[in-house]
Amino acid sequence: MSPSRAAAFKLPDAAPVFAALGDTMRLGLLGRLSADGPLSIRRLSEGTGVTRQAVTRHLEALGRVGLVRDARRGRERVFALDAKRLEIAKQYLDRVAAQWDAAAARLKAFVEDDANS
Amino acid sequence: MTIQTQQAQHAPGTDRIEKRFEVRAPRARVWRAIADANEFGAWFGMKLEGAFAAGRTIRGRLTIPNYDHLTLELQIERVDPEHFFSYRWHPYAIDPKVDYSSEPTTLVEFRLAEIDGGKGTAVTIVESGFDRIPLARRAEAFRMNDAGWASQAKKLAQYVA
Repeated sequence: MSPSRAAAFKLPDAAPVFAALGDTMRLGLLGRLSADGPLSIRRLSEGTGVTRQAVTRHLEALGRVGLVRDARRGRERVFALDAKRLEIAKQYLDRVAAQWDAAAARLKAFVEDDANS
Repeated sequence: MTIQTQQAQHAPGTDRIEKRFEVRAPRARVWRAIADANEFGAWFGMKLEGAFAAGRTIRGRLTIPNYDHLTLELQIERVDPEHFFSYRWHPYAIDPKVDYSSEPTTLVEFRLAEIDGGKGTAVTIVESGFDRIPLARRAEAFRMNDAGWASQAKKLAQYVA
């Protein structure tokens, strides 16, 4: 991506967030953390069929863009969602949704004017 | 892994949009506004080349000011008269220099149901598949600032009113 294009972003912070989200495994990990709260790497690895090392790498990728935070709990590393950054990621969908709201209003006006005339 | 699919749906909720609204017009009228390419273009803000039919790809040029240099392609999937209409497209394909054709599409679905004894229609619009859209593309959407579609939509609403 050229610097000029990157400079045109309204929210330059958003690009790495989306990059970090673009993986089924990472979305799954965010899902677990969202549903169950802070979890250890051991718990997050259970049932995934993936090694703890691999899960750790994914969590660290999410941590680098601020989607999750980690803390030590005894000998374990516990990860939790950082909801503020996730909010940025949701803005993309909000924009698309706003467009559909506008399109829906136009469709409504279009058919209702016609029906009443 | 089935569990992952469930999980992915849970938290970030970044894959789909659903809009449901009611209009005071019979279902047959609403159906025509959606399934007739000319009528669709009139309210959506797009000039479409050709009629909608399942399996066809219809090209369109936006007629929304400032975006009238952009062309879109609608891959029509299913046409179930007065009930269901669906197509695929590339969401936020806002850079005319980029070839989006090799990238994943989102699915747009319209569902119609009669209400008020046939005097009104409930419309449900779902767009899904955003999680498969390349990340850089999603971030690029932020190039569209607030002076974009929202204000243009207002102008369009005034025009059709």
